[in-house]
Amino acid sequence: MTDTVRKRPRLAVFKFASCDGCQLSLLDCEDELLAVADAVQIAYFPEASSRMEPGPYDVTLVEGSITTPHDAHRIQEVRRISRTIVTIGACATAGGIQSLKNWANHEDYLRCVYARPEFISTLATSTPIADHIKVDFELRGCPVNRHQLLEVLGALVNGRRPRLPSHSVCLDCKRKGTVCVEVAQGIPCLGPVTHSGCGAICPSYDRGCYGCFGPAAQCNCESLTNQYLDSGTNIETLLPLLRNFNAAAPEFREASNRLEETAQERGNKR
Amino acid sequence: MKPAATAHPHNPWLAHTVRIVNIASAAPGVFMCDLVFEDPAAAGEYSYLPGQFNMLYLPGLGEIAISISGDPDARACVAHTIREAGNVTRALSQLPVGASIGLRGPFGSHWPVEQCRGRDIVLVAGGIGLAPLRPVVCHLLTHRDEFGDLTLIIGAREPAGLLYPSEYEAWRAHGIDVQVTVDRADCSWSGKIGMVTNVLDRIPLRDAGQPVLMTCGPEVMMWYTVQLALGRGMRPESLFVSLERNMNCAIGLCGHCQFGPEFLCKDGPIFRYDRVASILKVDDL
Amino acid sequence: MQSPLFLARVQLDHLIRTLAEDGYQVVGPTVDQEAIVYDEISSAADLPVGWTDIQEPGKYRLQRRDDEAYFGYVVGPHSWKKYLFPPVTLVASADRTAAGWQLSTPETEPPRYAFLGVRACELAAIRIQDRVFLEGPFIDPTYQRRRAAAFVVAVNCTQAAATCFCTSMNTGPRCTAEFDLALTEIADGFLLEVGSNAGQGIAARLGTQRATAEQLEQGCAARQQAVDQIRKQMDTTGIRDLLMNNLRDPQWEEVAKRCLSCTNCTLVCPTCFCSSVAEVPDMTGDHVDRERRWDSCFNIDFSYMNGSPARNSIQSRYRQWMTHKLATWQDQFGSSGCVGCGRCITWCPVGIDLTEEVAAMRKSVETMANSSTVVSPGQEERES
Repeated sequence: MTDTVRKRPRLAVFKFASCDGCQLSLLDCEDELLAVADAVQIAYFPEASSRMEPGPYDVTLVEGSITTPHDAHRIQEVRRISRTIVTIGACATAGGIQSLKNWANHEDYLRCVYARPEFISTLATSTPIADHIKVDFELRGCPVNRHQLLEVLGALVNGRRPRLPSHSVCLDCKRKGTVCVEVAQGIPCLGPVTHSGCGAICPSYDRGCYGCFGPAAQCNCESLTNQYLDSGTNIETLLPLLRNFNAAAPEFREASNRLEETAQERGNKR
Repeated sequence: MKPAATAHPHNPWLAHTVRIVNIASAAPGVFMCDLVFEDPAAAGEYSYLPGQFNMLYLPGLGEIAISISGDPDARACVAHTIREAGNVTRALSQLPVGASIGLRGPFGSHWPVEQCRGRDIVLVAGGIGLAPLRPVVCHLLTHRDEFGDLTLIIGAREPAGLLYPSEYEAWRAHGIDVQVTVDRADCSWSGKIGMVTNVLDRIPLRDAGQPVLMTCGPEVMMWYTVQLALGRGMRPESLFVSLERNMNCAIGLCGHCQFGPEFLCKDGPIFRYDRVASILKVDDL
Repeated sequence: MQSPLFLARVQLDHLIRTLAEDGYQVVGPTVDQEAIVYDEISSAADLPVGWTDIQEPGKYRLQRRDDEAYFGYVVGPHSWKKYLFPPVTLVASADRTAAGWQLSTPETEPPRYAFLGVRACELAAIRIQDRVFLEGPFIDPTYQRRRAAAFVVAVNCTQAAATCFCTSMNTGPRCTAEFDLALTEIADGFLLEVGSNAGQGIAARLGTQRATAEQLEQGCAARQQAVDQIRKQMDTTGIRDLLMNNLRDPQWEEVAKRCLSCTNCTLVCPTCFCSSVAEVPDMTGDHVDRERRWDSCFNIDFSYMNGSPARNSIQSRYRQWMTHKLATWQDQFGSSGCVGCGRCITWCPVGIDLTEEVAAMRKSVETMANSSTVVSPGQEERES
């Protein structure tokens, strides 16, 4: 179909603090990429094309979190020139792995990493895009699932609501016949509190879920972490599990903070 | 293994191809959609009772339960009145005449029209809730002599939200007392303003123990309607409500539409009030 | 039923071969993923020889036995429903043609399964799913075909797990009916009972002998051992009313503090039948498959209606599961939905124990009744 018959929505892809992995998911669509290219007009996507057209854009995908004053300003501009904004990936929706600095002194980090830290202008925290602007849709995952990304794009192009499940990873394990690694092997797994999306990969390789897709709807992290502590998993194992790609997602953040408090209480008792 | 003797003979997952013969806006965000079967044999076998519903299917988008809003005696097409609520209804609203979709049905329980012969009937409809009651109205019009006093109370948020307003006069002419009320209106509205219960409170009842009440609308509206009817001396076994839950399979196999012990798709959507009274006001059931 | 036969230990392979010769795909217990799961097997060597399972709330471990028993374990994370009511099933398809959508349902030949090692609680579970899928106003064709084609070799339990409570639900541990063949494992082989003509046809080809009095005695003792080991109990007295008359009890809130709403209990349950149909279009959108997938009342999306979930809290979802399983199932299908297999207890990541939750509910209701300040639900309703 040509543009004269149907006006194709103009698509833009912007990158903030991130690894580019989620954008690559879009390029990784191979078979479907032509269909995407047919359905939308790719107006700004530096990772894919050197042709960069100015806004406004109908659909804007935003990857990455806000970590610098410059980006905090830039995202406002992106919002101004975008009709619909979809944030993609753990960085954009939860702050990403770089949000670990939220628990540390970023000045210390700067001094450790950079020879001339005075040249670096950075914020003390890494925050999700939705903390700065109104976001129309959030697509989770580290990285995002390309099928889900296509579903979101297809839905936006066709003016419908994306169909993405919000249940836990456990449901996916059970449909696949994967035996629960927590119950059968005692491996701490975030599956029961993690949002579906990856297809339950890790448990099928005898690994616990790392929570790449962030907290599931109404997840009960407190109960799960209590269970792991009671069954002998130590806090040193659990804390990094929660402080991972989605460390700053509110449910995981509260759970890890609670664990730290528990650790301190225990330390004090000793 | 013994399949129930009454089991439906066909594969219940098989949808019929139907074609849109008429599609038109009925009210803001509400449209009417009339369908005919492609297969004449399927058309010949198809019949429904007032209050039953169909599953309408848009391949790739999904299936939705929609009550049938036409005249059960008119066999030319199957009429639906649909509120645009999600992906499927929105896409359906944009289809042209001649488009083909899928249909499974009819499913579910029906209004007790046959059992009401000789009795007075009060119908109370709120908003889109008039749609599943319209087949009752059609039936009453065709068989007017077989029933006693007929009252239809129609409520809507605003005048623009009233369904089938052009038909009210004909209904009145055939001996149905049609009373219309809206929650709010501008000065161009000369009718009643207020809730359906205000109207129900004032209608004359020859003998409160005798009439049958059928109501469909928001759950809270039906609840107050039923309480008022009981207060006016109507009997719990003469009150019928139409409930809503999300239906996925429509054949009692998927579990989605459970409401306490009931499967709304096969035990409902229409229930005698006393059957569901104890669970109606339980939060999040 | 005729008097039991004796099948020598070495002949078990013969049984599996005979079933395969008759065109059955034999599925049975096998060790995989650190558990005893159900999968296709081709010989007795695939069975969990010399393994057992240790179970407790939220915990399952394989352990070596000090003998070479074939069926010396209880029940694992899988149930036979994965073969009769598969996790993903094609229920219908749509094809776009010039004349509009062509709609169809699959008419494929069902796989013919021989289930080896079906326990008494599992026979009861299959019977319960029969009522759901075959005995209502609509019959599910997938289940019907698979069920009609299946051959069932039951195995009597000779031990129990700490999570077993079939005796409370009157479903076991003895297999009494609904099988083609039933085995009881004893020292040198198996007692073999025939439960159907199809079973007789297979048994006649196995080279069995009549069981001796001593062997029958061994079988009784082995089965009694399972009965004696069952410790867990669920008091089902008046359980329907206990749950349905106390839908607002504060105990629901208590269990919701622990429940993850993760769906594990419902998916390991051999009777849970909830599902959702998903649209699966191909690249062009001209061919669409309708896939039925296992779903769960613990999934927040499951009750989604008019923009929000009808059961919008863990509490309301746990209440739905428990009241359905133990109470409203009786209204719907004439029996409890629970067979006492204990899977929901073992495979709950936080070890919520259904039997203890029933006991806690009884206690809570009693406490509420004894407290003078509390208004009964009936009263609330009249006042509102």
